Amino acid sequence: MGAPHGHRLHFHGHSPLHRAPAHLKVAGLVGFMLVVVATPLAWAPSFAAYAVVLGVLVAVSGVPVAYLARRMVVETPVLVFAAVLPFVASGPEVEVAGVSLSEPGLLAAAGLLTKATLGVLASLLLAATTDPRDLLAGLERLRVPSQLVQIMGFMVRYLEIVTDELRRMRTARESRGFTARDPRHWPVLGRSVGALFIRSFERGERVHLAMIARGYDGSARR
Amino acid sequence: MHVPDGFLDAPTSLATAGVAVAGIAVALRGARRELDDRVAPLAGIIATFVFAGQMINFPVAGGTSGHLMGGALTAVLVGPYTGLLCMTVVLAVQALMFADGGITALGTNVVLMGVVAVVVGYAVFRGALLVLPRRISMVAPAAALGAVVSVAASAATFVLLYSVGGVVPIPFDTLLTAMLGVHVVIGVGEAVITFVVVAGIVTVRPDLVHGARRLVATRELETRLVSA
Repeated sequence: MGAPHGHRLHFHGHSPLHRAPAHLKVAGLVGFMLVVVATPLAWAPSFAAYAVVLGVLVAVSGVPVAYLARRMVVETPVLVFAAVLPFVASGPEVEVAGVSLSEPGLLAAAGLLTKATLGVLASLLLAATTDPRDLLAGLERLRVPSQLVQIMGFMVRYLEIVTDELRRMRTARESRGFTARDPRHWPVLGRSVGALFIRSFERGERVHLAMIARGYDGSARR
Repeated sequence: MHVPDGFLDAPTSLATAGVAVAGIAVALRGARRELDDRVAPLAGIIATFVFAGQMINFPVAGGTSGHLMGGALTAVLVGPYTGLLCMTVVLAVQALMFADGGITALGTNVVLMGVVAVVVGYAVFRGALLVLPRRISMVAPAAALGAVVSVAASAATFVLLYSVGGVVPIPFDTLLTAMLGVHVVIGVGEAVITFVVVAGIVTVRPDLVHGARRLVATRELETRLVSA
């Protein structure tokens, strides 16, 4: 563990945004996004203002723009959906380059893109500047039920173990010459998911027994 | 696909968050009955399993692929209460750490992919088990049926929410037909995957499948006299 062993979702840094208490950041994110979502589409200048606020926060945090841009690929399905909207929405039509599109659809697509992009960027900024452990402590301070926070804590710890297991299983399949190409290969993949479940469950049981052996009584201690 | 920020208006997002909170409260109480003090460590790794399972791409054709959503599958494997907790945690981690699904839409996503998918999926699964012959081999088909119905129910719930709090004027019946059409296809895929996964686990470790518990033959411990 000599290498930097921070979480890979976290961008290590010491900016004021990194140091801010996690529960304030989560509450800020939720409040900010509620305001963004509640803003009517007609108020275009306020969206510019939100973007400027986010831009300043990104600059303060010192997280490279390229790092955030790379992680913004999660937004792709939203882009596809927004592209479809002008074709399916009702209302007065406008001609754009010879194609008649729904005007409210176009407007809504623009609005969805703006709001969703602001949301993804703001959430990524939270994830990049907050260590997962601090995030969990922050959620607990925000009165999220401790049982739920504990489950999230275990998930964060197990995340790389289980995805590594998944990767090893894929390596094993591929080293035997298997590549999934069409639905005929689903049974093989499905059995891999089944094996992953059994291995995960058994690992969970072993960890639980190990915890009991060390005095675990159902409540988390730090 | 996860509902992003700005897709539904703020009042609808808050209302669904309220429903989600109520559902989670019920699930927290129920999960203790399903797993007692094992809740946190086991639900934690099952949530991770759901998350990882969603990363496996099932190729369809021409380079496109789909992935599991897992609501019905999780409910059958670990029980509805623990299943809902796992789905909630997966969605929360995806929203908070991966920006997948809007933070204001988290309640909506929990209702759609958690509450509706798990409750409908598990109810259909139990109903199917009542009708089908009482055999362990019937668990996988019943789970598959639960999966297809749960996906359609999620899509229909989404259309309903959208007609209340959607920001784009799309005619209700157009949206309903389009969403149900697409999601029946997705649901069939989900059903096939769920079938294969459950069938695989039931043959190897039937004792781990929550939905199969009543069908696993239990043998009494007996002591026999051995005459030499």
